Amino acid sequence: MMRNWYDVAIIGGGITGASIARELSRYRLKIVLLEKEVELAFGVSKSNSGIIHPGTQNPPDSLKGKLCVRGNLLTRKIAGELGVDFKEVGELIVIFNEDERPRLLQIKNEAETLGVPGLKIVDRKWLDEHEPNLSREVIAALYAPTAGIISPYRMVYDLAENAVKNGVQIFLGHKVIGITKEAGNLRLNVAVSSGEEPRGRACRQAGSLAGSECTFRSRFVVNAAGLFADEVSALAGVNDFKIRPRKGEEFLLDKKKEHLTNHIIFPLPTKTSKGILVIKTSDGNPMIGPTAQEIDDKNDLSTSDDGLSKVIEGARKMIPTIDGNDIIAYFAGLRPVAGDDFIIRREEKVPGFINVAGIQSPGLTAAPAVALMAVELLKKSGLRLAKKWLFKKHRHPSVHLFADLFSKTRELIKKNPSYGEIVCRCEMVSAKEVRDAIRRGARTLDGIKFRTRAQAGRCHGGFCTIRIIKIMHEELGIPYTEITKRGNGSEVVRGVRE
Amino acid sequence: MENRNNVKERELVVVGGGPAGMAAALSAYENGVRDILLIERDQYLGGILNQCIHPGFGLRYFRENLTGPEYADRFIKKISAVPSIEISLKSYAVNLTAGRYLAYIKPGKMEEVKAKAIIMATGCRERTREMVHIAGTRPAGIYPAGLAQKMINLEGWLPGREVVIVGSGDIGLIMARRFTLEGAKVKAVIEIQKTSRGLIRNVVQCLEDFGIPLYFSHKISRIHGRDRVEKVEVVEVDDSFNEKPQTRFEITCDTVLMSVGLIPENELIELAGVAIDKKTNTPVSAEVNKTSVPGIFVCGNSFKIYDLVDGVTYDSAKAGKMAAEYLKGLK
Amino acid sequence: MIKKITCIECPQGCQLEVNVEEGRVIGLTGNKCPKGDVYGRQEITDPRRVLSSTVLAKGLEIKMVPVRTDKPVPKSKMFAVMEEIKKIRLTRPVAVGDVIIANVLGSDANVAASREVGP
Repeated sequence: MMRNWYDVAIIGGGITGASIARELSRYRLKIVLLEKEVELAFGVSKSNSGIIHPGTQNPPDSLKGKLCVRGNLLTRKIAGELGVDFKEVGELIVIFNEDERPRLLQIKNEAETLGVPGLKIVDRKWLDEHEPNLSREVIAALYAPTAGIISPYRMVYDLAENAVKNGVQIFLGHKVIGITKEAGNLRLNVAVSSGEEPRGRACRQAGSLAGSECTFRSRFVVNAAGLFADEVSALAGVNDFKIRPRKGEEFLLDKKKEHLTNHIIFPLPTKTSKGILVIKTSDGNPMIGPTAQEIDDKNDLSTSDDGLSKVIEGARKMIPTIDGNDIIAYFAGLRPVAGDDFIIRREEKVPGFINVAGIQSPGLTAAPAVALMAVELLKKSGLRLAKKWLFKKHRHPSVHLFADLFSKTRELIKKNPSYGEIVCRCEMVSAKEVRDAIRRGARTLDGIKFRTRAQAGRCHGGFCTIRIIKIMHEELGIPYTEITKRGNGSEVVRGVRE
Repeated sequence: MENRNNVKERELVVVGGGPAGMAAALSAYENGVRDILLIERDQYLGGILNQCIHPGFGLRYFRENLTGPEYADRFIKKISAVPSIEISLKSYAVNLTAGRYLAYIKPGKMEEVKAKAIIMATGCRERTREMVHIAGTRPAGIYPAGLAQKMINLEGWLPGREVVIVGSGDIGLIMARRFTLEGAKVKAVIEIQKTSRGLIRNVVQCLEDFGIPLYFSHKISRIHGRDRVEKVEVVEVDDSFNEKPQTRFEITCDTVLMSVGLIPENELIELAGVAIDKKTNTPVSAEVNKTSVPGIFVCGNSFKIYDLVDGVTYDSAKAGKMAAEYLKGLK
Repeated sequence: MIKKITCIECPQGCQLEVNVEEGRVIGLTGNKCPKGDVYGRQEITDPRRVLSSTVLAKGLEIKMVPVRTDKPVPKSKMFAVMEEIKKIRLTRPVAVGDVIIANVLGSDANVAASREVGP
């Protein structure tokens, strides 16, 4: 039983859970992270747009606003330590008429109250010079230079990998189905959906068999279960909040359009969302969206014709040259909304239980600050924090050929021939990168896509899917028929002649 | 290319070892070019012909009814016998400039060449579900028809058991028959137009022979399924392609094949500054195989989408001759 | 009785009108070439198709070797021929045209390799 006893158990392997895990791994603690999906970042985080917000568009007294501004600063440091590509591109909130100007000035004032640096109102002349594709209808904009972009899933994977290096245990395919108070502990009942043997550095699985249940005991439990945080909280007996999914449909454009804009472009925000944006992404493909639609089903990731036309209309209002024919991919994500602000608190009713819920936008940006706050709450609840002698804060960065200069590519290939074995031609991803992704924890086609971009380009996997399946077969030693897109039930090959 | 120390000079480089590239290289040789490099990304020559195992090729060019691999085999034999044509397999072109510097990657090496003339024979890719905007979810089981063809014919994998095919392009029709012969159930082919995009004989021998229904003026309006495809919604459309909601019905299936057209692959020459028609993704040109940049020629499906490989061979041979004449003009 | 069929000999797809009396063809129109005449008569009395598929290779350079029948086989026997093809485990290198199953199911057609495959 001692094997499954921990100081802190984190429920949920998205950006919030992974950030908390890594922050806690600085201390001499026994930590476990439980994720119900077959890979990390497969919930809310996988559909994030990757914007590191400067802190604008938040009420000045809000928790999310304060954590966002702080998170923006911290993200740069962490991205540097982990070798995740962060680009400060800046954002523009644009207005189309003088009636909108007072609201824009209000946003500027509120953001300055929160401490957002470098804000200025820019006029048409500035815009002509710095954002030439912007609609002629735009009369002015609020420029926030500290906005940035990052790959949301790579951030999760790399945080988790670093946390594991510092001693955190991660169990995938482990869904918490019961939380019980015991003397000095919380007991977690866990349903296991994935029976893989422990393997790989980043993500180990319990040696338990699929379909079975197991028990974990922990003095403290942090609920970072995203869309399902209300259900997990209710398991512990705290059911005073509800997560309402708010769907956002996003559309990705061909990488050819990488230089469509120089900044992230926002309209004035509405009551429920920041509006339809034109986003730069760290992978180069511009993204347009998202929609904002309240729905009931936490599994509904469908896109709609209506969403597409709304997004194109909204995006073209700001950048008129956007063409529907440049769309190469689309998806929907769900924001886990619990009222207007984040819920980050100790639950007095259940000593040792911490809720980190309702982490909607700007959750990716705020994550490092959310993690610090969670650690503070754990400390207040009695967790002793003793720093490790050696916290390994750095991570050997992943190689992405597409992001490198040809001179660097040449050197890489010389050192390791399989960098010269191209798997995905649209995004220029080599066999070596795919193998590395698997060795670092990828178990599914989507997991490889999120880590390497293979299958994410304009041909959408038409060329590389077979090559990737063969590499997975070799590296993981599993039959073709068990290779999945995103976990059990999503097998891609139904039969093999042999 | 920032470092040009290791650049090799070449008369002619042909990019692509499918029917177009092979015909172009052979014809350039026959027209006097003696220094030819052909690069091919796969480990075999033949390109897409290797997965087109059905007959119907070569009726014009060879006056015989050949399968794709048989058609390819004749050119592979011929080109392999010409020592002046150097063939580099598993080689990916990754960069091209207007000055005809070409960089390519192969296992263990990145090579750069400066060619006096270049023939791009890079073929085409399939249009995807994303490009025709079908609403719904994104489960496993949605494949471009050509990918499914490669899975079955080259790997021996069956990608699905109950199949609905979107679009009546030839690859989709051919795959309807192939899936059926492999024991899968093809439930329907859905075509938004009023007539088939594929050849009439393929409608007959691939669908009618097996009793597979073909719905004209219909589209898939939604794909359902969380992990794997579970069903599709099908609806009739009017002449302006607007849905007629009262005609909506569902088909349960685990697989959706997309056969909705091909797009020429011209991203490399676009990088090099060749004028490209945004609608068709083909080089802007008044004459077959020509581009806006002198010395850069394009042939085969990357120049325009051909119905039959015979036409590719005839026109690509022209490209080889044009490149040879261009090279003579430089001297 | 006039039967309308589409010729599949070439991409033109001629619409043939075959005049059939008591199972015998007594006239055929609509063909643009002699192949159409042969096809139309055959299709009415004994429809046949060239069948192409793949056989599984063991220990050769590629896993699936493409094959075809060198003559059309009876349409009604296509699935039976497929079963024969699926039984094969090819272990020797082949050239284009090498016979893999001779006289498959007594149809007078051979199943032959359509790609050269080395060891």
